[in-house]
Amino acid sequence: MTLLGHWSLWLAFLMGLWGVVTGFAGGLQGRTDLQQSARHAVFAMFAALALASISLETAIFRHDFNVEYVAAYTSRNLPTFYLWSALYAGQKGSLLFWATVLSLFATLAQLFTSARHRAYLPFVAAVTCLVATFFVTVMLFAANPFERLAFTPVDGRGMNPQLQNPGMVFHPPMLYLGYISITIPFAFAIAALLSKKLDVDWLVAIRKWTLVSWLFLSIGLLLGMWWAYVELGWGGYWAWDPVENAALLPWLVMTAFLHSVMVQEKRGMLKKWNLALVIGAWLLSIFGTFLTRSGVIASVHSFTQSPVGYFFLAFLVIAAAASIVLYAIRLPLLEAEATLESVLSREASFLFNNLLFIGLAFSVLWGTLYPILSEWVQGTKVTVGPPFFNLVNIPLGLLLLALTGIGPLIAWRRASVPNLKRQFAVPAVTGLFVLLIVLVAGMRELGPIMAIALGGFVSATVIQEFGRGASARHRQYGEPLALAVVRLVARNRRRYGGYIVHLGIVLLFIAFSGMAFKTETQATLRPGESATLRSPYGHLYTFTHLGVSQYDALNRRVTAALVDVSRDGKPVGRLKTEKRQHVDALGRNTFEPSTEVGIRSGLREDLYVVLGGLVNGTEQAVYRFTINPLVWWVWFGGYVLVAGGLIVLWPGGGPPAVRRTQAGYAVRLEAK
Amino acid sequence: MTMERWNDGKVECERREFLGLAFAGVLSIVPSFLRSVAQQDSLPGAGPAGRVADPASAGRALGPTTAADTDAAYQAIEKQLKCSCGCGLDIYTCRTTDFNCTYSPGLHRQVVALAERGQTAQQIIDEFIAKYGQQVLMAPPKRGFNLVGYLLPSGVVLVAGGLLLLTLFRWTRAAAAAPAAQGRNSDASPAELERLRRELERFPS
Repeated sequence: MTLLGHWSLWLAFLMGLWGVVTGFAGGLQGRTDLQQSARHAVFAMFAALALASISLETAIFRHDFNVEYVAAYTSRNLPTFYLWSALYAGQKGSLLFWATVLSLFATLAQLFTSARHRAYLPFVAAVTCLVATFFVTVMLFAANPFERLAFTPVDGRGMNPQLQNPGMVFHPPMLYLGYISITIPFAFAIAALLSKKLDVDWLVAIRKWTLVSWLFLSIGLLLGMWWAYVELGWGGYWAWDPVENAALLPWLVMTAFLHSVMVQEKRGMLKKWNLALVIGAWLLSIFGTFLTRSGVIASVHSFTQSPVGYFFLAFLVIAAAASIVLYAIRLPLLEAEATLESVLSREASFLFNNLLFIGLAFSVLWGTLYPILSEWVQGTKVTVGPPFFNLVNIPLGLLLLALTGIGPLIAWRRASVPNLKRQFAVPAVTGLFVLLIVLVAGMRELGPIMAIALGGFVSATVIQEFGRGASARHRQYGEPLALAVVRLVARNRRRYGGYIVHLGIVLLFIAFSGMAFKTETQATLRPGESATLRSPYGHLYTFTHLGVSQYDALNRRVTAALVDVSRDGKPVGRLKTEKRQHVDALGRNTFEPSTEVGIRSGLREDLYVVLGGLVNGTEQAVYRFTINPLVWWVWFGGYVLVAGGLIVLWPGGGPPAVRRTQAGYAVRLEAK
Repeated sequence: MTMERWNDGKVECERREFLGLAFAGVLSIVPSFLRSVAQQDSLPGAGPAGRVADPASAGRALGPTTAADTDAAYQAIEKQLKCSCGCGLDIYTCRTTDFNCTYSPGLHRQVVALAERGQTAQQIIDEFIAKYGQQVLMAPPKRGFNLVGYLLPSGVVLVAGGLLLLTLFRWTRAAAAAPAAQGRNSDASPAELERLRRELERFPS
């Protein structure tokens, strides 16, 4: 079966090369036979890579430990759930997963792109084949997932315990899907540049893809945060780790693009900028992959150091150079079709919004690479951790939050003073009122104060927009207000879905600010003994250690400690936290014991209990107790953000006239 | 000394014999007493903690938490210093998260020892820098070239924002000049266009 997989990789390699040649040649020469051949090459490449993936997954399920990858990441007693995720648990398998999904997306792009955009497809086939062929090349020459060992171990090493978590089953593929799907908009951008069809058509063709990509990246990031929170045990969800940053970079650039693309659709402006953003987002996704896989920067998330990094670096440099040259050649064709009429316009606010998104992306990239730069310039290694990122990024993030509220309220083209007054009066008063409340409540930390006050302002803008729209429907059609809200969203999903995304962002910002108030303590307790911790809201929590029990479960030996929790003397529940020693099928220890956190999540705060260990092998346990305010709202904000994204993405949503306006430039006031 | 046998009344028993029997009895009781303590279930308030069956699977054996482990002043220092185990976390977070780490407890002890010698927080941090290099700090010190590191992102945004604003003003001036030329070809008068614009502004944007 692995032989079949290996040969499938070679077949995919050849099909990919064929797709590249026929795609570019067919597109440039306008030959339909070559174009058709490129299309078929994409399908064949997908079939070959799917076969390779099935082969590897079969080897995993058959426990074929003669395959190096299977022996390195699985064991006989690994739960079935994680046998599936073993496909992308290691470097080599994840490369195969990446290439397979990319070829799947390339196939879907060929199959489902509207006939109106067919002219781009040969180039799209060529670019997607080129990228997928690169991944196959890396596998064939540097990281073959089908490599065999000289001997067959009795059992495999097993999967890292921290990866044996449901969050880790879904987080990597979601992030990969986000990364990978950026290739399709990038391929369309290159196709538009090569075919010189640089009007709004290519934007319409990639709209769904950009949203899909953004949505997957968002879900991937949120799941990654959740996994870090429940699994790593340090009590937080974001540590500005280089690999986390690498995932955030394309998300920031894609978000900027989703805003600026509206300006091109409505006004025919920012053509150069939008192309640059799509190309930049894709290059950043490859850069992130390079960071994760090269080991150039130390990270807890990265794969082990390997020669794969050199492949990615070379590919990144060549791809960036080629894209920039092509972009530069076509610049004269990218002139705007309209000019900005006023600084007080939505177009201008979107430009500032983009500036902040790109500024944030630059800031994150700068901080991530600064240790390398410092070593070059100063000859001194430095660490760039959360204190640096928080100091530099929080002000930019707060400005962006403010613009989240300001942008949608300013009229397109030109806003008048009465219009601004009418739009901003209620949200501004709301923001100031919230500010007053938090100050009176005794909050003195600037960051959280600003986040909450701006959150109030932005929420008011969103509610005002919903209120005005629903009232208009209520007056015009006599609909009850609840129904009017539903129909309002259904008829203009893009706009109101976007507002829901903004609400999600507000919730996330406010929830992030909660971490400024976290409290924690460490205690060693005998059974029956208690430790107390006061929450930021003033409640006194008492944690009583009940005892320790040990038992075997699946592929591990569990040491579980139970803690009774009461708030101000009233019982609120019981938490269990564990130490897990994973073993292989022969009962041998495989990894260092890992920790499972006990979490009680509530609207106000999370109780987070970690079993540190036992004192001299007795039931006397060392605990860390943490109270994390508002964490529940991070996950809820994430749900809201994803729900808003899905509403925007959902097909349909509005009468044909609305769709036409969205698809092309808005009707111009000037008679030409 | 005499003792009574239960079956036939009084019997004679030597003191030496009695003491020997008593000692043997105590010896037979002690192991069972010790065993019962070890197997005692540990319900709340039930007394001393018993040993678990397999201590090794619960991770590294730890000592009881001391006052220094939870001291806020030490925590504040340790949160500025990176653990050298490669986790990327600060000393405090590492020692209270990865309890298998063998580096962070040692680094914590160094912080405590320096503090007990009367050193201030800054002196302790300086001592760590002298010993482990600047890399031990969770963020680069705000001096020299590192100031570029701190200020460049915000500086770039500010400069780019200024340039953007200037560009926008230039564009809008150009746009203001253009309608005068375009207006001659328009079917609508400037007043009508202005009225239309006002009407449109009444709708939610």
